[in-house]
This record gives sequence, structure tokens and C-alpha cells, in this order.
Amino acid sequence: MNRDVKVIKVKNLCKKFGDFNANNNLSFEVSKGEIFGFLGANGAGKTTAIKILCGLSYPTSGEISVAGFDVYKQREQLKRNIGYMSQKFSLYEDLTVFENIRFYGGIYGLSKEVIHGKAADLLKKLDLQHARNKRISSLPLGWKQKLAFSVAIFHNPEIVFLDEPTGGVDPVTRRQFWDLIYEASREGITIFVTTHYMDEAEYCDRVSIMVDGKIEALDTPTKLKEDFNAEDMDQVFLALARKATNVE
Amino acid sequence: MRVLKYLLQKEFLQIFRNKSMLPIIFVMPILQLCVLSFAATYDMKNTNLYIVDKDLSSHSRELISKFNGSPFFSVKEIGFSVEEAEKEIYKDKIDAILVFNNDFGKSVDLKKGASVQVLINAINASSAGLYNAYISSVIQDYNRKVSASIREVGTGVPVHFVQSSYLHQFNPEMKYIPYMLPGLLVLLVTVIGLFLSAMNVVREKEIGTIEQINVTPIRKSQFLLAKLIPFLVIGFFELGIGLSIAAFLFKIPFLGSVWLIYLVAFVYLIAILGFGLLISTQTNTQQQAMFIAWFFMVIFLLMSGLFTPVESMPEWGQTLNILNPIAYFIKVIRMILLKGSGFFDIVNEIAILTVFAVSVVSIAVNMHRKVA
Repeated sequence: MNRDVKVIKVKNLCKKFGDFNANNNLSFEVSKGEIFGFLGANGAGKTTAIKILCGLSYPTSGEISVAGFDVYKQREQLKRNIGYMSQKFSLYEDLTVFENIRFYGGIYGLSKEVIHGKAADLLKKLDLQHARNKRISSLPLGWKQKLAFSVAIFHNPEIVFLDEPTGGVDPVTRRQFWDLIYEASREGITIFVTTHYMDEAEYCDRVSIMVDGKIEALDTPTKLKEDFNAEDMDQVFLALARKATNVE
Repeated sequence: MRVLKYLLQKEFLQIFRNKSMLPIIFVMPILQLCVLSFAATYDMKNTNLYIVDKDLSSHSRELISKFNGSPFFSVKEIGFSVEEAEKEIYKDKIDAILVFNNDFGKSVDLKKGASVQVLINAINASSAGLYNAYISSVIQDYNRKVSASIREVGTGVPVHFVQSSYLHQFNPEMKYIPYMLPGLLVLLVTVIGLFLSAMNVVREKEIGTIEQINVTPIRKSQFLLAKLIPFLVIGFFELGIGLSIAAFLFKIPFLGSVWLIYLVAFVYLIAILGFGLLISTQTNTQQQAMFIAWFFMVIFLLMSGLFTPVESMPEWGQTLNILNPIAYFIKVIRMILLKGSGFFDIVNEIAILTVFAVSVVSIAVNMHRKVA
């Protein structure tokens, strides 16, 4: 894995809603294959930033490139090379597992043969072969989340953005979900993930913590714990988040 | 193209998995055409008459028997007091009162011009107009008979009177259903098309799947086209059911070409569906979309000439109708079915609808936002 290749470059990203600075001068870089944790309390501006990086929202100012493409001018090429899994559940409940996979594969331009082959492998890996023709609405939440992640990386994107992917999922399933993340990372896919679970923050290669629209800390979990003289990420997070003024 | 194929596949699957869809497609047209065609009738039957006969002469009886014999009237009561009769009108049991004063018969005999008073319940002005016309024609008829019996002194030749004869062209019996049914067909495809398309994109916003679509390289035009095409197919199918009901059940005349109707329906539906999608892209909840669609639907419909003649609207109303797609389609479908108008008779309407279709779809694609 080449850690020198930067797949996300953000310099002085600002996003304003009226007078409110949702993102205040963010600057960071993410390397290829890295698992980058993007933490912050509710309302700190994580989702706003992630939407800008995915091309779902315009920044107010700043230089941002994702997978080598500029977010202002090359949005469509950018979108071809990223995957995204939002807080809101994103698969179609009224379609079956396979129909969802086929649909998302199809709109990224994969051929029918590739879709069928990869779908079979995927269902085998997730142990969901029996559910191939079941509607998504009939699956338990944990399965849906794992499937949604797999669909988000079905077209082999360079980067996948995960916005609180494990909300409401039980600890065992969360662990399995992180196994999928590690596997994707090993295959060279960069993971950009937001979470509220501090144990998950420990799984990341590097973590940034946002408070009131600014990045207050950015380093490896080990280094952050040292710097803040903390036993775990929970204490690091609390030490920083106490400074927040935009609490919901 | 391949992307469009996958999008269409998904839309069709979703539409037909929706449990309320099949009833909408099959039950709604049958119910609407059958119920409305019979219920929303302008044909006049069973007008309830109260006759006040203070004369009780052979002449008044003769005129009363004419009303009695007519299928359009039913003589509910014959009495002697106008006050009593008016009470029945207040109770809404009577539509009209006919009053013969006690000199009616005498006046006829003396040939000095007899008169009958007609009192009509005019709460509904248009039915009141109809009662008046029907009652007058019965009296007219009686009048002619009386005049014919009057002979000129000396010669013995009947007094000459002018009678106008007329022919109602294209609908000689002035039947109501051949006129109304084509309009109801337009109503049917419009309601289904406008509402289904208006609810569709906004539904993806509500459940959140639109975000997932927006991070993909799908083009806005592909996305909206994939929303439009399935409803166009459904609209065509509905029109087919409707035309079959019109032809085989109601046996209304089919003078023109069904293909021409489909050509007009093609551009018309694109305009309506584009408008529905425009509403859908600009709203955030299905409820908002529903209200906006309903608002425009009612205005377009009431101004369209389906229930009331466009020609009797004020000038400004007729001018506004230039922007009303429903008005064009109703006019054209009546022309094709009842008059047998051909392509060149309606080429203007087709051109205008095409302009609507192209502009409204372009606006919808342009206004749709993949990026907030």
C-alpha cells in the first residue's frame, strides 16, 4: 500500500449557511487505503463536510480534490470513483437483495456478467445466499447495513464515505461490519468514516475530531491518547467536545 | 443507454410492487368512466312538476296531458294554490310550477292570447335553463296545434306561421355520453399521470434513497426520463382501457383515427408527466406535492371545457386557457372522435402541446438539483 498517495486533499474548506460556519477552515489529507475516522458531536459539521467531499453540496470556499478530481469542476468523474453510505438507509426496501445489487452495479456501468459474478461472490461472503430474492424490508437491520456497505463498494471505488454506518446496530454486528471495512482497506479502498462509537475510533488509522466546525485534533488514536493524557478515545473526545458551543 | 435500462427496470419493479398500483390502473378507469358517464349527465329526465290549474278547462287539461305524456317530466301534483306549490319548491321536492289562471281556456277560445305562468327553481342555473327550454318547447308545440286550427276568415286556409327546422350536426340526438366520455378519458389519464409523477421523485427524497442516486454519475436527464417513461406506458394503457369502454360499452362514435388520438396523447402525457416531475423535484414531502398537484389539477380542469363550454367563459379566462394543456386535449379528442378530424385539422394543437412538453420537461431537468 502506498501511503504517499493522497486521495483526499482538503485545504481551507469553508461552508457557511447564512452567518453560521458549519465548516470553518478545514484542512487535511487522507492517504490511499487509510481508514480515516471523522469524529465530532452532533452538529459539529461532519455530515456537511462529507456531503461536500461526495459532491452532494457546494463548499463556500476552499481547495478540495477527491480521488484526484476537483469538487467544483469534475463532479461527475469524482462520483464515478467514490462510494457513499448515508445515515439514512439507502437501499430500496421494495426491491430484493439481488435487484438492489444489480441496480447499483448497472448504474455504474458494470456489465451483466460482472454484476452476476460479483453478486454471487458477495452474497457468499456475507452468507446471504438464502436471502438473494428477499425484499430488503424483510431483513434485520444488521444485515441491511452490511449489504449497504457492500453495495457502496460494489463498483470498486477509490474511496468510500460512511456516514454513521453502524448507528443502531448490535455490538456483534458492528464487529462484523468493521471486518468488512478492514477487508476493503486491504484491497486498497480508502475509508472515510464518521461514528459516535469511541471504540470504533480506536479501529481507525487516524482520527480527526471536529468541534464547532473546526478540526481540533488529528492524529493516530495512540498519539491522541498520549497528547490528552487519556486512557481511551472516550476521554479524548470528552476533553475536546466540552469546548463545544453548538450543542444541539 | 445501459444506465437508462437499469433505471427503468428498477422503476417498473417498484411501480408494480406497490400494492395500490394495480387497483389504480385497472379499477379506477372502469369506475370513473362508468360512474361519471351516467352520473354527471346533462340529459334532462324526471323534472318534477307541480301544476296549479285554476281553470280546469279542456284546454288546460290538454296541455297538462302533454306534460304527463313526456318522458322528461313527471307531474307530481295538481292543485289550486300557488302558495302550496311554492312550499314544495322550498322543500326541494319540485323543480318547476306551471300556473293556469282561471281565464286560460276562455282566452284560447276567444283567440286573444292565453298565458301560462312558469315558476322555476333556479338554484342550479344551468338546469333551470334546461327546464325552461323543455317546458317552452312543450308549450310551443301546443301553441302550433292551436294556431293551426285557426283559419283565416273567408279563405279557410290555416294561418301561416314560420317554423324553423334544425339539425345538430355531429351529435344529432344531442346525446350526452358521446360528448362527455372523451373528456372523462382525458380526466382519467391526467389524474393518474399527474399524481403518480408528482409523488414519485419526492418519495425518494422522503425515504432518503435520492442521496444515494445523487452520489452516482447518473445524469439528471436519465434519472427523470426513467421516471417519466413508465408513467407514459401506464397512461397509454389507461387510454386503451378507456377507449375500449367507450367503444364497446357505450358505443360512442369513433369517426377519427385512434392512432391520431395516441399521437396527441403522447405529447400531452409528456407535458403532464413533466409537470408532475417538476412539482416533485421542487417539493420536500409527498404531502406538499399532493397539494400543489391538486391545486393545478382543479384549475386546469374547471377551465378546460369538460363541464362548461369554454366559449361562455369571459375573455380573460379564454386567454388563460392558452396555457391549459387539458383544454387542448379535450377539444382535440372530441374533434377526432365525434367529427372525425384529421391530423391537419388539429396540427396547431399538436404543435402547442409539443412546445409544452419540450419546455416543461427541460425546466424539470434543469430545476432538479443533484447538488444542494
